[in-house]
Amino acid sequence: MSRAPTALLDRAARIRAILAAVPDPEIPAVSVMDLGIVRDIDPEGRSVVITPTYTGCPATAVIERSIREALAGAGLGDVRLVSRLDPPWTTDWITVEGRDKLLAWGIAPPPASSRLKGEAPACPRCGSLETEEVSRFGSTPCKALWRCRDCAEPFDRFKCH
Amino acid sequence: MTPDREALFRYALRLGDDSLVLGQRLGEWCGKAPMLEVDLALANLALDLIGQATHLLGYAGEVEGVGRDGDTLAFHRDVLDFANCLLVEQPNGDFARTIARQFLFSLWRKGLLEGLCASTDATLAGIAKKAIKETRYHLRFASEWMVRLGDGTDESRARVIDALDWCWRFVDELFEADPVTAALVAAGVAPDPAALRAPFDAELDTVLAEATLERPASRRGVVGGRAGHHSEHLGHLLSEMQFLPRAYPDAVW
Repeated sequence: MSRAPTALLDRAARIRAILAAVPDPEIPAVSVMDLGIVRDIDPEGRSVVITPTYTGCPATAVIERSIREALAGAGLGDVRLVSRLDPPWTTDWITVEGRDKLLAWGIAPPPASSRLKGEAPACPRCGSLETEEVSRFGSTPCKALWRCRDCAEPFDRFKCH
Repeated sequence: MTPDREALFRYALRLGDDSLVLGQRLGEWCGKAPMLEVDLALANLALDLIGQATHLLGYAGEVEGVGRDGDTLAFHRDVLDFANCLLVEQPNGDFARTIARQFLFSLWRKGLLEGLCASTDATLAGIAKKAIKETRYHLRFASEWMVRLGDGTDESRARVIDALDWCWRFVDELFEADPVTAALVAAGVAPDPAALRAPFDAELDTVLAEATLERPASRRGVVGGRAGHHSEHLGHLLSEMQFLPRAYPDAVW
């Protein structure tokens, strides 16, 4: 009787650990947990709720498949995967660790809060705040193209969404 | 289907078809836009719209309840069964015409989605809350280009005036009410299409003023898309878009 809840807790914790190692297919430096794509893992570890970032993001299907494969590989193939749209995903859900990893990967992370969206990002290479937007649309739906006026390097910025 | 479900099905289909057809049109620019940034932008817009179409057509299929999913609705219907507005099926023309079309569509769609965020239908509200963020981005992109072209060179100005004039005939249809919308407005599912016109006009005038452009002279609008009466252009678009799943019905993604 007293052992059951621990086992259930373990299951949810295991799922969490497995998903923390599932990379985003476009930006492998960050995991689906870092990006806030995994919205909820139920306490008993029976189901996982995920959310798409951009509705047209081609990575959505790949992400879902990677999650399924990772869970099945760990003997957790019976976990139910639920996709939920509402409330819509926002970059505010990217974790602090996720932001650090993006920066280390060379992508300027979105501001900590969407209320700061108007502010220019620091250049991920030299740290200068003298940056400018080149194109609001970049290599993936989630990124915009920026340039540093000090070191002259172009860089991707994760859009505030 | 009860009449209420039938109206909801038709409505989701319209919204989905608008997104799908415009997404396909914008995809035609891929690889040949005036510059790399614009190429990326138009492809991104197309992706957003096709993503929205996936949700909307998927929901339409669910409401209909006879086993058609989003892909079936997209790839296995003929021209007469498409319910998109006429504006989105118009050929891309030159860059100015694509931008004018996008500007008018995104401006209308933004108001519509804002209304749908408060829909009594939880699924439509959920899709709208997601799509509105993307649509605001599309509108900003198109508005900035309207200003750049209108207040640009003699050539760009002449072209965008032409473009706006061409697209203008398809604007009235966007605000058209019919029994489908009437039933859904009464149920709090959809915003009243006619009520979206005044805020549309106000924002339109603001952008046009900045672009040093004028609203085209009003003329009788061309309508009929919602009832399946399309221009010849839609059939050509579908023949390309639907070719693969029709030629190879067993193909899977």
